[in-house]
Amino acid sequence: MKRLAAVLALALALSPLAQAEIIHEERSLYRNILVRDQGSERCLLFTVRRSNRNQSCLDRDDPDRLIFPYARMMLSGLLVTPAPKRILMVGLGGGTLPKVFSVLTPQAQQDLVEIDEAVVTVAKRFFDFTPTAQMAVHVQDARVFLKRAAARGTTWDYIMLDAFTGDYIPEHLMTKEFLEEVRAALTDDGVLVANTFASSALYDAETATYAAVFPALAEIRLDETLNRILVAQKQPFPDEATRLAAAEALRRPLRRFASNPLPLAQNFNVAPPFSASARLLTDQYAPVNLLQQR
Amino acid sequence: MDRKLIFLLAFTGGFVIMSIELLGGRILAPWFGSSVYVWGSIITVFMIALSLGYLIGGRLSLRNPSLQRFGSLFIAGAVLLGPLYGFGDELMAAVFERVEDPRYGSLLASMALFFLPTVLLGMISPYSVRLLVQAKDESGQVAGLLYFVSTFGSALGTLGTSFYFILWFEVDTILLLLSGALLLCGALALLAPRQEVAP
Repeated sequence: MKRLAAVLALALALSPLAQAEIIHEERSLYRNILVRDQGSERCLLFTVRRSNRNQSCLDRDDPDRLIFPYARMMLSGLLVTPAPKRILMVGLGGGTLPKVFSVLTPQAQQDLVEIDEAVVTVAKRFFDFTPTAQMAVHVQDARVFLKRAAARGTTWDYIMLDAFTGDYIPEHLMTKEFLEEVRAALTDDGVLVANTFASSALYDAETATYAAVFPALAEIRLDETLNRILVAQKQPFPDEATRLAAAEALRRPLRRFASNPLPLAQNFNVAPPFSASARLLTDQYAPVNLLQQR
Repeated sequence: MDRKLIFLLAFTGGFVIMSIELLGGRILAPWFGSSVYVWGSIITVFMIALSLGYLIGGRLSLRNPSLQRFGSLFIAGAVLLGPLYGFGDELMAAVFERVEDPRYGSLLASMALFFLPTVLLGMISPYSVRLLVQAKDESGQVAGLLYFVSTFGSALGTLGTSFYFILWFEVDTILLLLSGALLLCGALALLAPRQEVAP
């Protein structure tokens, strides 16, 4: 009897797993795209073979809730640039962050760059992503987009890089030359927030490359996640008290997204260390995918 | 006629072609991205250039075929790679400014950068066959062996570049090494003793 109860308890505990259901599957030009429902959570996955990395998740019962810590962490730039007017997001995912920004900074213009048309379609169809009048979606390679923008003299004050899906990293979006193009596209008080790699041989090379381009660099890692976020600025960061005050001011607006900004300010580690022997990533030398496997 | 030398040269030619093709993606990415059409442009240009190279190389082998002329193909190939690390960036910038659509931009840029050296490298295979064939009835076998050697070279060029060279060297350094290998091949052929080619 006891054993039966244990089996039943186990079955119950596992049941949400069993209910996971792939509701959409497609092979785009760049990747496999899957949409998986599990309980009230709907997730966008780019690969199932090697890892079950979710790209983006939505709680269908509470669509505003930011399920992933990393999505919350991408808001860290608000600690140093509290009121962005022009936002550039590279890598759309499920379109979670554009929705958050359209609530936090409704007046801000948002340029959303995504290389894969299929991702945009899936975001619209399955993740309630509806571009507002303030948003422009560009289906384009981000490097090309930024070069064209630079030629026109376009700038942004909040740039997010979230193009690194884990299985294959676009190497030309990690080089010193690319980051210099990003820096040129930033306003003086603008901020770059990048979702990057916390482990592997890539860590040092990447930190070194960011540090070579941006005078102000900080890293944010939270215990609950493997992600690390790099925050970079052209000018020195505001001091810690200012950042904490900015986090405090964000508390109320972020409540709706079930997110607490304080840990972001508390874990804002300025000038993250990296190995002095790390080789910079350049357009000439960028074996990013090989380094990541080390 | 030193058959081993000809096979070695054909192997190197195959190796260099694919190594450059792989580097092509890296060279174009800063300007045209790494979208699927960038690879489409590169492969198209290489295929067109190789097909023309085969045609021209075959025609060329009709007139006074010699190891020395064969060697000069390698020298010319090495020289034509020069612009890639000389003014590749300026050229891509010029294309980028004039052509808004990255599909045609990458096609045009690949054409400008890779077309000529690849035509030269494509000429190697048919010319090698001409130098190697002694009698009509062995021509198929010789051609088969030659394709085996040069395509095997291509396989190693692909593997070596994507697995190791890009981890060890900068793109320009790899290009320089490839040009060096072509020059060396050319010199070996030019310096080889003059020999009669089977009529």
